[in-house]
Amino acid sequence: MRDVVTVRLRVNGVQYERVVEPRLLLSDFLRESLGLTGTHVGCEHGICGCCTVMVDGLTVRSCLMFAVQSDGAEVKTIEGLAEEGKLHPLQDAFGEHHALQCGFCTPGMLFTALEVLRENPRPTDREIREGIAGTICRCTGYHHIVEAIKAAAQRMAQEPK
Amino acid sequence: MERWVGKSVRRVEDKRLLTGKGQFVDDIKLSGMHHAAVLRSPYPHAIIKSVDTSEALKMPGVRAVLTGEDVARMSSPFLQAVEGPLEYYCIAVDRVRYVGEGVAVVVAEDRYLAEDALPAIRVDYEALPAVVDVEEAMQEGAPILHPKVGTNIINHRDLRYGDPDAAFAQADVIVGAKFFFPKYSSTPMENFAVIAEYEPIEDIITIRSNFQGPFTMHPVSVAALRIAENRLRFIVPPDIGGAFGIKSSMFPQMVMTALAAKKTGVPVKYLEDRAEHLMSSSSGTDRVTYIEVAAKKDGTILGIRKKVMDNVGAYLRSPEPACMYRSTGNQLGAYTTKNLAWDAYVVMTNKCPTGPNRGYGCQQLYFEMERVVDLLADRLKMDPAEIRRKNLIPKDQIPYTTPTGGIYDAGDYLACLDMALEKADYQKLRQEQEKARKEGRLFGIGLATVVDPSVTNIAYITVAYTPEMRASEAFNPKSGSGETAVVKMDPLGQVSVIINTVPEGQGHETVVKQIVADELSISPDDVRVVSGMDTFTRFWSVTTGTYSSRFASVGASAVAMATRTMKEKLFKIAAHRLEARVDDLELVNGAVQVKGAPERKLSIRRIAGLAHWNQGALPPGMEPGIHASYTYNFPCSTSPDADDRVDSSATYSFIADLACVEIDPETGQVEIKKYVTVHDCGKVINPKIVEGQIYGSFVHGLGGAFYEEMAYDESGQYLTGSFVNYMCPTAVESPELDIGHVETPSPLTVLGSKGCGESCTMSVPACLANAVADALKPLEVTVDRLPLRPGDIWQLIQSARQNQASKGESRK
Amino acid sequence: MKPPVFKYRRAGTVEEALSALAEYGGEAKILAGGQSLVPMMNFRLVRPAVLVDINPVQELDYIRVEDGWLRVGARTRQRSLEKSAEVRQSCPLLAEAVKWIGHPQIRNRGTVGGSLVHGDPSAELILVAMLLDAQFIIQGKGKSRTAGPGDFFKDFLTTAVNEDEILAEVSYPMAPPRSGYGFRELCIRHGDFAIVAAAVQLTVDERGRCSEAWVAVAGAGPKPLRIRGAEEALVGSDGSSRVLDAAAARVPEEVDPISDLKGSEAYRREMARVFVRRALEDAWSMVKER
Ligand SMILES: Cc1cc2nc3c(=O)[nH]c(=O)nc-3n(C[C@H](O)[C@H](O)[C@H](O)COP(=O)(O)OP(=O)(O)OC[C@H]3O[C@@H](n4cnc5c(N)ncnc54)[C@H](O)[C@@H]3O)c2cc1C
Repeated sequence: MRDVVTVRLRVNGVQYERVVEPRLLLSDFLRESLGLTGTHVGCEHGICGCCTVMVDGLTVRSCLMFAVQSDGAEVKTIEGLAEEGKLHPLQDAFGEHHALQCGFCTPGMLFTALEVLRENPRPTDREIREGIAGTICRCTGYHHIVEAIKAAAQRMAQEPK
Repeated sequence: MERWVGKSVRRVEDKRLLTGKGQFVDDIKLSGMHHAAVLRSPYPHAIIKSVDTSEALKMPGVRAVLTGEDVARMSSPFLQAVEGPLEYYCIAVDRVRYVGEGVAVVVAEDRYLAEDALPAIRVDYEALPAVVDVEEAMQEGAPILHPKVGTNIINHRDLRYGDPDAAFAQADVIVGAKFFFPKYSSTPMENFAVIAEYEPIEDIITIRSNFQGPFTMHPVSVAALRIAENRLRFIVPPDIGGAFGIKSSMFPQMVMTALAAKKTGVPVKYLEDRAEHLMSSSSGTDRVTYIEVAAKKDGTILGIRKKVMDNVGAYLRSPEPACMYRSTGNQLGAYTTKNLAWDAYVVMTNKCPTGPNRGYGCQQLYFEMERVVDLLADRLKMDPAEIRRKNLIPKDQIPYTTPTGGIYDAGDYLACLDMALEKADYQKLRQEQEKARKEGRLFGIGLATVVDPSVTNIAYITVAYTPEMRASEAFNPKSGSGETAVVKMDPLGQVSVIINTVPEGQGHETVVKQIVADELSISPDDVRVVSGMDTFTRFWSVTTGTYSSRFASVGASAVAMATRTMKEKLFKIAAHRLEARVDDLELVNGAVQVKGAPERKLSIRRIAGLAHWNQGALPPGMEPGIHASYTYNFPCSTSPDADDRVDSSATYSFIADLACVEIDPETGQVEIKKYVTVHDCGKVINPKIVEGQIYGSFVHGLGGAFYEEMAYDESGQYLTGSFVNYMCPTAVESPELDIGHVETPSPLTVLGSKGCGESCTMSVPACLANAVADALKPLEVTVDRLPLRPGDIWQLIQSARQNQASKGESRK
Repeated sequence: MKPPVFKYRRAGTVEEALSALAEYGGEAKILAGGQSLVPMMNFRLVRPAVLVDINPVQELDYIRVEDGWLRVGARTRQRSLEKSAEVRQSCPLLAEAVKWIGHPQIRNRGTVGGSLVHGDPSAELILVAMLLDAQFIIQGKGKSRTAGPGDFFKDFLTTAVNEDEILAEVSYPMAPPRSGYGFRELCIRHGDFAIVAAAVQLTVDERGRCSEAWVAVAGAGPKPLRIRGAEEALVGSDGSSRVLDAAAARVPEEVDPISDLKGSEAYRREMARVFVRRALEDAWSMVKER
């Protein structure tokens, strides 16, 4: 018999309980067990950043965490970034500035950018570039992503908290 | 009336992609679906003596194991672009020829279980000597990969255009060098993904994949699977996570998964992982070139002579040897010289097979070409900008027929070069350089001026055959570049456009909306675009797919023409109803009205509705309903002539790049201080999207220049099997660009637009190499290979210092 | 690329972790941040039968200053180290070095202990531990022992922590008064493991002469190395550029690098010198300002 464990967690505010193998990666758990296919898998060794999600408010590689480790955690995936149908300022700015092409790295890139801005609401270009260097994009050449993050930073600074 | 073409309209694709609602292959689940994992060869070259799957079959969740024996029984070797006795199956049958080649496929309930069973398969190998170096593979006594072929040289053409011998005899100077261009790939973030199903009653195989075709690969797969053409269904979902040409080489994985589905009777998903992608999918072609340029003292290039050796890896996988011949028509680039001797060898070695990769054939071509032009400038003590100015094809000669058969349709090359120089403030940069050099700094300026072909004419591949062979009865000529679009209006008058250009991030849906909105004078929001592919229901051809920057030229033209065809019908119905002549009608704000009598009008929605609901009221003889399809093709896309001349692409854009770099002399690290890139890609339909293509292609070029290589050691072991060693540039390494446009509309396309998808991938490796070479000029070293990692540049600096030291010694 | 089957044991305390390790003998491995272990499992390069997850072990998550030492619990996230005001104050070199580890997403999970036990020859944290003579507390069932870096780091990917033990704490001596440091790293891309990295710390006496020197290099041997020759060349000197040159010149003979795609042996050897030289420059200008 294969060893199984029960995982209870909240994803995008919804409570889930699933019985899984301990070795199930969080990325596969989100995609396969919960059907949240917005989280993409690009390398499964932590370099590309496509699978980045938020676990308890911090960005993590979901391919380097086992689902069982998220027991009791609050996970946010791309499906939960827009609130009540309203795009997050970052999502909106990504659209406006053409910061995505194929869209495959975009979910991970958005969470990466979100953390950059949370820690540093007025980043310089250099700080943005260093902040997102852990997520590889093969389409955009990054320029439009940097532009979008700058624009979102401005918008978020103006928005009431 | 608002016009949409030429505006940076926001992309319609984005909303779904930004909210996690894209539809990628891996998002599809079919009931009863199983998962495949592939056992891959650890040997670069070995005979497979036996494969024992009995233990693996006992592993939990395992449904079946597909072996080479099954594959040989159930399928045929793939057809090749160059016919011959070479046998290439979707996995190895009796011999492995590169590290990572598939040997067996486990089908299990999930991917974890499938991987668990891989080590339980026992394979008995007999190792053979391997060869990875292209020149070694050509030598007498080299290990032969395919004994039936008997040589590793799978194709050879000694091509001559003009009179190269005379050109070299007349030359004041001849400059030459050997160059190496590396094997690298655009590594899309989404790996290959395939779901195959077999339906035995009708003998139908359905393959869902992130394939960027069907292309000629549908017929190739039909033959391999021994199935009727109308029973092999390729489906491509609307979203693909990047492709860049790499995914046009995935048909072996598609056939493999189909065989697994056929063997097991369940739908099978094969999701390639990153390690597999890096080691065993596809890549661009590495190349060794010996090139010489003959010139007059004043810098006029008289001719080029070269021996080119393309390393296509273990098999000649279609569309190879396209890397060699894709650029036939633009083989002499942007220069006026008429003479070329081109000794072309296509060689197999124990590396992973190659295929299209953004910039295909042209990044290799322009690396050798632009480097040697700089060497010539050096020799003549001419400024690299000056030598290019001297040789660039002047505007008044365009349309220009190249000695190799290309017809450069439009462009102002000198204006692009001038704009690039002006943007960079070239004279000042050179002064800065002089100052820097006095301070002992390594400061370099590089240029590249390249013709950027788009819309492949599939005829070029037949240049691989001699004219005599092409002339024989038995030969099946190929030519064309057609693309189909369908436009329709349903009973309530809404507009849909169905496109076959399987986009992977280029925003085709958005651009099509812009075009159709303008043609029908409606809002883009009123146009819905259906992308993806389904060979069962679409009108498609062997040229259908995404490759060679086709969309803006041929795709956009097909859409515009289909819409115009539909519009004609709308006008005919309106004329009938309004009792007016078609010539007296005009389209204003989505309505057809009588010129001068705007109250006499019918909205196009009403007209369309009428064609569905009131079919009896249509003009006599007219078919009900409203739809049009149009297949756009270029008349110039014909077969090669008896002198091997072919217009290998339909339209030709142009790029003038300038790079300014500084090298840390202690560490070899390069800083890109400035990069200017000026494009003439005809009419720009959506400036933001074009800018995105330029930035993206720049970083692919940058990767090839400084970071990325699929590397093997001498024994054939593969060294770059993870993203730790295969180094894609991050945001930190990617600079800001200074982009300019010269817009010379193409006379060959409906909107005047041309390709801009591959763009900077062609110019950047050459331009950055030239800049690095220029920076190192005081040290008198030759930059002749890529990628230039800091350690490689440091090595160049070291060897120069050693040289200088020993020269100093000998003088003493 | 999916990890092999394993049994999962969650440990809430050090005691629980040690019991689990004991229960499974050599079959069990500690799972900390997972940023080195999980990729290796996904590649199936390692196949532990049991993983003992110490993420819930709160008692190993701390940063505190005691008796002139900065004490860090092994389960402390690299990101906590990076953000800690205490670390910046008491051991600024460590605060600088940790920023060079991968990317924020890696440091959000990766732990201090994980990096040290994993033993990568390019690891920044190991470099700093070597440089500063950090002290390690290794906890076994019912007994604990301490080790210095010379004993702790054995070889390439090998440390002194036995199968039934865990690393509990690492402590760094606080930066001495009148000291300065330098940390320099060469990598091909931002966030990569270092080709080489150099860390130095210098102190000066009242007369402005170098009284103590620490020099270490990563990426130029099977484990990070102290460059004793360079240290000797510095102590007692005035830190003139000639001295710094001479100290750095001692580096190549003391390192033992390998060749790979990212750099040849000769390149690494020379870069070790260059980066030590640069780090010395930084350190010396810092002490001069003080
Ligand atoms: C993309 C990427 C980039 C990276 N870049 C860098 C870099 O530039 N520099 C760098 O130094 N590192 C880098 N890393 C590695 C990172 O620092 C890891 O976090 C670290 O090496 C391991 O720490 P961990 O907590 O993740 O440990 P784990 O991966 O969980 O464990 C690593 C090993 O240590 C053992 N272990 C962990 N904790 C203990 C303990 N307390 N007692 C006993 N054994 C223990 C485990 O059993 C395992 O063998 C990178 C990783 C990734 C994915």
